[in-house]
Amino acid sequence: MRYLPLSTADRTAMLATIGAASVDDLFQDVPAEAVLDGPIAGLPNHASEMAVERALVKMAGKNLTASTTPFFVGCGAYKHHVPATVDMVIQRGEFLTAYTPYQPEIAQGTLQVLFEFQTQVARLTGMEVANASMYDGSTAMTEAVFMARRITRKPKCIVSAGVHPHYTSVLKTLTRFTGDVVEAGTPVFTPGAPGDDLSSLIASIDADTSCVVVQNPNLFGHVADLTPLADACHKAGALLIVVVTEIVSLGAIKSPGEMGADIVVGEGQSLGAGLLFGGPYLGLFACREKHVRQAPGRLCGETVDASGKRGFVLTLSTREQHIRREKATSNICTNSGLIALAFSAHLSLLGEKGLRHLAALNHARAVQLADRLGRVPGVTLLNGPFFNEFTLDLGREARPVVRKLAEKGVLGGVSLGRLWPGEKSLQTGMIVAVTETATDEDFDAYEDALDEVMA
Amino acid sequence: MTTAMNNVGRPTRLVAGTGAVAETFTGNKALMLEEPLLFERGSLDTSGVDLPPVPPVPDRLGGLGRDAVIGLPGFSEPEAVRHYTRLSRQNYAIDLGIFPLGSCTMKHNPRLNEKMARLPGFADIHPLQPQSTVQGALELIDVLADWLMKLTGMPAVAMSPKAGAHGELCGMVAIRAALDAKNDPRRVVLVPESAHGTNPATAAFCGFTVENIPANDRGRVDLDAMLARLGPDVAAVMITNPNTCGLFEPDLKRISDAVHAVGGYVYCDGANFNAIVGRVRPGDLGVDAMHINLHKTFSTPHGGGGPGSGPVVLSAALAPFAPIPFVRKTATGLELVEEDTAGTHAGQSFGRMVAFHGQMGMFVRALSYMMSHGADGLRQVAEDAVLNANYILASLKDLYTAPFAASGPCMHEALFSDDFLDGTGLSTLDLAKALIDEGFHPMTVYFPLVVHGAMLVEPTETESKANLDQLIGAMRHVATQMLADPDAWRTGPHFAPRRRLDETLAARKPVLAFKDSEAA
Repeated sequence: MRYLPLSTADRTAMLATIGAASVDDLFQDVPAEAVLDGPIAGLPNHASEMAVERALVKMAGKNLTASTTPFFVGCGAYKHHVPATVDMVIQRGEFLTAYTPYQPEIAQGTLQVLFEFQTQVARLTGMEVANASMYDGSTAMTEAVFMARRITRKPKCIVSAGVHPHYTSVLKTLTRFTGDVVEAGTPVFTPGAPGDDLSSLIASIDADTSCVVVQNPNLFGHVADLTPLADACHKAGALLIVVVTEIVSLGAIKSPGEMGADIVVGEGQSLGAGLLFGGPYLGLFACREKHVRQAPGRLCGETVDASGKRGFVLTLSTREQHIRREKATSNICTNSGLIALAFSAHLSLLGEKGLRHLAALNHARAVQLADRLGRVPGVTLLNGPFFNEFTLDLGREARPVVRKLAEKGVLGGVSLGRLWPGEKSLQTGMIVAVTETATDEDFDAYEDALDEVMA
Repeated sequence: MTTAMNNVGRPTRLVAGTGAVAETFTGNKALMLEEPLLFERGSLDTSGVDLPPVPPVPDRLGGLGRDAVIGLPGFSEPEAVRHYTRLSRQNYAIDLGIFPLGSCTMKHNPRLNEKMARLPGFADIHPLQPQSTVQGALELIDVLADWLMKLTGMPAVAMSPKAGAHGELCGMVAIRAALDAKNDPRRVVLVPESAHGTNPATAAFCGFTVENIPANDRGRVDLDAMLARLGPDVAAVMITNPNTCGLFEPDLKRISDAVHAVGGYVYCDGANFNAIVGRVRPGDLGVDAMHINLHKTFSTPHGGGGPGSGPVVLSAALAPFAPIPFVRKTATGLELVEEDTAGTHAGQSFGRMVAFHGQMGMFVRALSYMMSHGADGLRQVAEDAVLNANYILASLKDLYTAPFAASGPCMHEALFSDDFLDGTGLSTLDLAKALIDEGFHPMTVYFPLVVHGAMLVEPTETESKANLDQLIGAMRHVATQMLADPDAWRTGPHFAPRRRLDETLAARKPVLAFKDSEAA
């Protein structure tokens, strides 16, 4: 077996040192009724590298990949070009096969990357500090709601209907037993501003409100000025939590921090990770410095070593469960380190100049396609302002349209019916995402296919 | 002799009597290279990415364009490659040597797994593509689920949890949902005092009250104390098996039966499954839920702190409450069952735990590993992991304090305490730092809490006897020298990229992001 270095002679010699007659003696504590005599039935025995590769290549071949087809699917995961250097960096064994940096003197590589990552995320979101990452955007959002309750000591969280419904769903699952009250409305399908009506959101804030959670751009692609909402939150003693699922947008749109957010969470998948059928992704978490001791997750901080040289360590761990146990701020004890590295490497390759260019390109291409598709008979573009994602009203049920487009080899978007199967008012909607990877030929193919399907 | 200053203001002086240079002009020492921060080296005008021009169309950002400088410096490609390569060399990693962190199962990460996870058919598909276009991905999840159920002897598995602690949360939420479905108000969860800190944190999060159960002098759960505490108020027990002392809990089946008899559930922390995979099925021990760390037992890389993956196997009693989404076989293929609408869903599922379907990239790696080893190879994995740990225990127990060695063999990790250093003023931390200088990553230190100055050594099955002998030799040398001349061992490490770091300073005055004003 290629992963096992011990030889039969090694095993014999080691058993002699131990003073055991056979390896079975080492399992003497296992009760007789649970002892298995041989390999578990119903599973194959070991296989060569060739055989495993053959089987998995066959499985992989049954999927339609994003890069081989006109592709416009978004809603919380975006297809961006990841520079080849990023994968080279994360395949360095010293990063890939390291553990959490608990011995900082021999983990400065990971720690400096995390410090750089935290700084990048803080600047991108317009906040003062960021943590070393979380599982994904949805779990980061849930942790932000808990943090707002700890800070404000109020029970009620108001979630905008423009927030990704999977995120709201995760929040509802995890607040079932915590005493948090979650109010979440139904999206509006309003031309010009689909998703949510911020003035009614403002009207729902009361003295019990710990936080308002809003996504920008929202699930429908709509971009809003959140400043009035932030002011209303702060007037009522509540916090504003802003969710960003397309982090590239922050190269073009005013940051949540500039609009008055107190906590910014997001999905960092757009930079570095790739699509990966949903994971592993990267939860981003940033906040104001005054609240950092209430923040969840790992934090990397600067310090000095015994000879006065700058170095980095994990810090403020007294918030965490290995010390606090049942009083911990969160049960999460890991981050998404390697994906944070991929994000940081991608963003440092882009730099401010590259990120702004990338964001402008995404936006301009999305504007071009939105106008083309909006001219297809029967199709209406719902958005006013948007970044790289917009909502079309097809005037008929959208789920079959998405399927028919796929049959024509075009992955055209996500139907609102898939995300809200029970919500009749939304069934005609389809969300379309456009990134720098879509070509003019892809645009032509999409327009032609939609023309045919709608005809 | 004048003392010159190097470029970061540190003296470049000769070490008295040796002629050796203590500091260099650059701060580098041959292959040990210092690397400035991105924010000290990169430039706002530099980019390592070439993009097509932006088409000249009027923007539709509603007047919300980002005008102010963000402050994100960039690198050209050669600068980026060098920055990260130089940083990587300041890390210890499994690829460099033995990484015997107890409870973490730092085994070799096969490169076939990496290659398979990068197949475009797995890496370049979107979680919300039409299901007809991702049948191969659903098949992979289904096949992996089948392996996990057969290896554990359990009838169901929830695939979406993103890490071990997230899997724990999934299992405990399922238990809470099962109780709520019966309007059963019991809320006490019993946790052995040796448990991972996440266990009580998770139970508390689900609204349970945590009570600790003591260990006996053999390092196992005190069976009498456990049985005495069981009653109608007990919702669940959470037991790690093998436990955090590296020992098998021989009474788990009796405990499970007793817990079930009073109407409670058994959660098993599966962090240490590597010790028993292929030799013992937790389902045969009466377990109702157990998370499996794919990044431990099934070799997916730890990546410097995640991402992990923590599927949870479930008993028939808990299976109906499993989270969505899940894969189901239909007449025409495989179907991913998602929610009906935000926050509500068919059946008794407790809901959604993550935005999409779980850690697909980790699923591919884990299945690649399982298929490589097969049922026979996985059994050998457990045997070699346990053999390696017992070899370390046998080779050190005359010198290091081994609190439970008298009670028989250990499983996949050997536990020592620092009692043997009493009177030297040295502790586990000093020993760990000395091992760093010897070129090893230290063992897990100060965990579990049930012994003084714990040192938990988990070699895993992917270490050769020669590697173990070298570690044993170094550990014997360091311990012997510490006992002979304690004062020489208080300030390590000396040869790592950094000397001992001031963690107190970092916590007292947190500096969590680079400030440009520092750049002076």
